[in-house]
Amino acid sequence: MAQVVIRNLNKKFDEVHAVKDVNLNINDKEFIVFVGPSGCGKTTTLRMVAGLESITSGDILINDTVVNELPPMDRDIAMVFQNYALYPHMSVYDNMAFGLKMRKFDKAEIGKRVQEAADILDIGQLLKRKPRQLSGGQRQRVALGRAIVRHPQVFLFDEPLSNLDAKLRVQMRVELKKLHNRLGTTAIYVTHDQVEAMTLGDRVVVMKDGLVQQVGAPLELYNQPANRFVAGFIGSPAMNFAPVAMAERDGAIWLEGPEFRIKPPEPVASRLRGHAGKEVVLGIRPEDLRLANGADSADLAFEATVEVTEQLGSEILLDLKAGPGQMVAALEPTAPAKVGDRLRLAINPNRLHVFDARSEAAI
Amino acid sequence: MVTATMPATGRQKTRTRIRVLEDERWLALTLLTPTAVLLGLFIAYPFIEGVYLSLSASRVGVPGEFVGLKNFEKIWNDGIFRTAVWNTFWYTGITTVFKLFLGLWLALLLNRHFKGKAYIRAAILLPFIIPTVLSTFAWKWMFDPTFSVINWALFKLGFISARINWLGDPDLAMTSIIIVNIWRGIPFFAISLLAGLQTISPELQEAAAIDGAKPWQRFWHVTWPLLLPVTMVVVLFSVIQTFADFQLVYVMTGGGPANATHLFATYAYQIGIGTGLLSEGAAISLAMFPFLLLIVIVQLLYIRRVEVR
Repeated sequence: MAQVVIRNLNKKFDEVHAVKDVNLNINDKEFIVFVGPSGCGKTTTLRMVAGLESITSGDILINDTVVNELPPMDRDIAMVFQNYALYPHMSVYDNMAFGLKMRKFDKAEIGKRVQEAADILDIGQLLKRKPRQLSGGQRQRVALGRAIVRHPQVFLFDEPLSNLDAKLRVQMRVELKKLHNRLGTTAIYVTHDQVEAMTLGDRVVVMKDGLVQQVGAPLELYNQPANRFVAGFIGSPAMNFAPVAMAERDGAIWLEGPEFRIKPPEPVASRLRGHAGKEVVLGIRPEDLRLANGADSADLAFEATVEVTEQLGSEILLDLKAGPGQMVAALEPTAPAKVGDRLRLAINPNRLHVFDARSEAAI
Repeated sequence: MVTATMPATGRQKTRTRIRVLEDERWLALTLLTPTAVLLGLFIAYPFIEGVYLSLSASRVGVPGEFVGLKNFEKIWNDGIFRTAVWNTFWYTGITTVFKLFLGLWLALLLNRHFKGKAYIRAAILLPFIIPTVLSTFAWKWMFDPTFSVINWALFKLGFISARINWLGDPDLAMTSIIIVNIWRGIPFFAISLLAGLQTISPELQEAAAIDGAKPWQRFWHVTWPLLLPVTMVVVLFSVIQTFADFQLVYVMTGGGPANATHLFATYAYQIGIGTGLLSEGAAISLAMFPFLLLIVIVQLLYIRRVEVR
């Protein structure tokens, strides 16, 4: 049972303003993911919640109690570190039991809880080993176990999967999700990997330069990015951007690039109407492009030259040159495309994104 | 081409030589020879010569014949030798405890972040960098019966009314020497332990803090066990050096007053070189050997156990 409230949170390191006015209400049992490039302030925010970093200004509340001045041990939180931070001289059992020993639990209870966590994580046979005798994935499980045994109010995860290889990462991701479904503990998770953010988060907080860019459910971020940064950060391969001029002719809105012009349908057109004459940036996700056929309106199609093809089996990625700009299109794997081909591509009209060129906010 | 002008036999010889070196046994032997020669010449030979000397009756100018363990028997019955043995153990034990405790404390302080950290760390090394004889002379002045700045300060502060004869009283002289050794030895401990501390990930401290460990518990359960291997090595080096210390006592008291502050090394020097009884001096310094060997073996075994953990 834990809600976490972050109110006007700021952190300054000497001259660097690392976290700027972060506000967030995290609900009980919610899995919140902070995502952003390195240096965006996500880890600092997490460390302030943990009590490992002092707060320059603002408040952090756990269950309606301001914890700003509380030391980490009194916040009833557990943290999983990027490098696991297992005590190298202790066995797996002692690593998991340490927090309980420090809190003066009796031996039987410690044994019971460690066994319980070991069963959940399937590490029962490793309890006597030392961390260095474990593989990366096993260490990660022990680190999780150390957090679980405490039955804390909040789990904090600091890029816990980034030291694992790609396959293991996917596997642990699924396990983390299962674990959260099972325990239901409020969790704050920091990562730079947007796939982790999308798959794990009930809600995702996108940060950049210490500022929160957008908070929302994964699909919300994908479908309605608040600005150009979020649009480019969420989704893989990244969204294509093309600077275009906006013109209004015969009552219709046109977006005109150097080698193409498209007529956005409603409701995009009406949103754009007030911004006529402005410099805007058109955003199209690679998966929202397809090969055009005769039935496609010329208003929503353009031509491009294939420069590189990347066959992934489930889809084919085409690196295209469209006018002066570069674009990526994700097509059916069977799409007939060779390097040097001149293709006609159609845009999914319902999935156009337009951003103000100056403020970068979505229009 | 140089090889083309070489006589056929010369070329063949070079080839045979190279082929011999392709055999790893010969290669190893060739590469080890310089080291073996150096070690033999400068360590093994003097050591064996020392052992022989201690078993003979040599004096300066007298070659001397083999006398067995007579010299050892003689020093065993020598009261000053016994004092020197006791002094050496006392001196080594006390200074090591203080150096470890104070050095560790200093290392923990220096491991924090503060302004001018680099300068302080460099300054800490000063006692270690200054030649021992030089710094010991300075200390000798500070402990001087007439000009002692320590006496002056204690007098001005009202702690004493009469001069303390630091180096004139046997117990005080030993204490003074111990103080100087501690002063000189702390930097080695502090810097080595600091290096050890820096290999311990700060994340472990943070994890322990979140796990509910108070600062001293974090030290006791996390820092200390992880620092132990480094600590053991540092203690081992320090014990060996302190046990065989010479310069400090030689400059401060010369073993006095009344032979009360002799260590193995200074007494061996006094008897062997000062008095010219080479064999007896060799026997005294050789008497250190079994003790040192024991200390080294025990500590190396312990280090291995700690590292295997």
